[in-house]
Amino acid sequence: MAAVTEAPPPLAPATPEQKPPPGRGRLVPYWLLLPGILWLLVFFVMPMVYQASTSVQTGSLEEGYQVTWHFATYWDALSEYWPQFLRSVLYAGSATVLCLLLGYPLAYLIAFRAGRWRNLILILVIAPFFTSFLIRTLAWKTILADGGPVVGALNTLHVLDVTSWLGITAGDRVLATPLAVICGLTYNFLPFMILPLYTSLERIDGRLHEAAGDLYATPFTTFRKVTFPLSMPGVVSGTLLTFIPASGDYVNADLLGSTDTRMVGNVIQTQFLRILDYPTAAALSFILMAAILIMVTLYIRKSGTEDLV
Amino acid sequence: MAFLRRLRSRLVVIAGLLTLGYLLLPNVVVTVFSFNDPKGRFNYTWQKFSTDAWTDPCGVADLCGSLSISLQIAAWATLGATVLGTMIAFALVRYRFRARGAVNSLIFLPMAMPEVVMAASLLTLFLNLGAQLGFWTILIAHIMFCLSFVVVAVKARVMSMDPRLEEAARDLYAGPVQTFVRVTLPIAAPGIAAGALLAFALSFDDFIITNFNAGALVTFPMFVWGSAQRGTPVQINVIGTAMFVVAVLCVLAGMAVGNRRKRQKAA
Repeated sequence: MAAVTEAPPPLAPATPEQKPPPGRGRLVPYWLLLPGILWLLVFFVMPMVYQASTSVQTGSLEEGYQVTWHFATYWDALSEYWPQFLRSVLYAGSATVLCLLLGYPLAYLIAFRAGRWRNLILILVIAPFFTSFLIRTLAWKTILADGGPVVGALNTLHVLDVTSWLGITAGDRVLATPLAVICGLTYNFLPFMILPLYTSLERIDGRLHEAAGDLYATPFTTFRKVTFPLSMPGVVSGTLLTFIPASGDYVNADLLGSTDTRMVGNVIQTQFLRILDYPTAAALSFILMAAILIMVTLYIRKSGTEDLV
Repeated sequence: MAFLRRLRSRLVVIAGLLTLGYLLLPNVVVTVFSFNDPKGRFNYTWQKFSTDAWTDPCGVADLCGSLSISLQIAAWATLGATVLGTMIAFALVRYRFRARGAVNSLIFLPMAMPEVVMAASLLTLFLNLGAQLGFWTILIAHIMFCLSFVVVAVKARVMSMDPRLEEAARDLYAGPVQTFVRVTLPIAAPGIAAGALLAFALSFDDFIITNFNAGALVTFPMFVWGSAQRGTPVQINVIGTAMFVVAVLCVLAGMAVGNRRKRQKAA
């Protein structure tokens, strides 16, 4: 064996894709994919097909249902439950905006200001997940209790006057009002906003901030022209990860709200599990799915971020 | 001016810490109220200090039974989703094949769908097939929605892996199985572990999909949901607090071990 005296030639850059191995090996990826994809086809795609078919059926529980292409179910469902749809969009939208406003400073703090506390704060952001979210949502019943310290403080500061005027609280109460539901939704989905924001902020090169400062940009201008645009991928995935689950949620509206705060999720749940009107429930669920998919597609197009996964 | 600038730079820190407080406040309430001795059926107002619930955490009918059902489902769902998801992740990163875009969308869609839509459509499937709702339908549903999250976690790790390490193993006459077990798997392990942890947490805490597909079976989140209607025993706060403390301690211990290893390597 000849001794290697020269430095080895630089290796070819690592390519994630490999050439397909010859012969039998060509089938390897398909065998790897088969079980998981089959699972998703049978238990994710097929249910959607069944749901679409159920939504155009007529009949009754006793006599069974037949596909009659009864599209009027969609019209009836929309005209009866449009307030709940509207509420879902409004509540989930407000919660998403609040999550962004509350989450951004914390993500910024973790990314740039936390120093050696960074890991600890990150753990504290994730830690609440370890307690069941239902238990934590019930805790808001205590926090927002009538005549409790929070409601008292809001009353003294005349915040409740403003929120009453906006129509999201009533009198001296916060519980059983839209404000309580929005507050619960914001709380529940806040970590889903903070984590993607943090990931995209953390990637920003700190020297860009210095450069902006050297060019006489004020801290605010630096934020507006450098930091915020560079964090857009985080903003986009954070808003999606907050808005989508919030719009279909029925837990917060049920535990913290009243019959006047029912969202579309509540309607689907009661139609399916209590009233057993399957066609209406399937139609509502289908409309929700279509609305979300359309909104997500438009939003991703507009914000120009394709690499979400 | 300098004072104003300092205040403004502190403003971010103050706002961030306030948000952190907002995130942690409910956990504080849950912990404090695990020591409550409530009057009546609901544990929403403070009465007086008591450790009764801590000394008798299973004192409420069906509570610990539901906890054990949730743990079993979460364990099996984690196993299923991790195996299936890891296979998909390897196929996506390591191989070229047809219908790649379709596979990617199929992985992405369950994550971009409100839970209630998946829950309702699965229930229509099970009703149409005449399936008996219970343990198996919950398990099937949980594997389905955990799968995509495992794929994302494992994919990220496998993508950053240097393929030359495996080439080196092959050059040293390791067979495909040996290469996979001795080289590929250990390097991919952190990604697989992250995916598995995520799957476990998602499955254990899932309510909406379980609510639709559980039939008469009561998981832990279902028990809490029911108790919000019937009366909340202090014991659910005890279990919530205990899970929180155990999980945080595990994370801190893991970090300590990681730090020590790093220091040993540096030394």
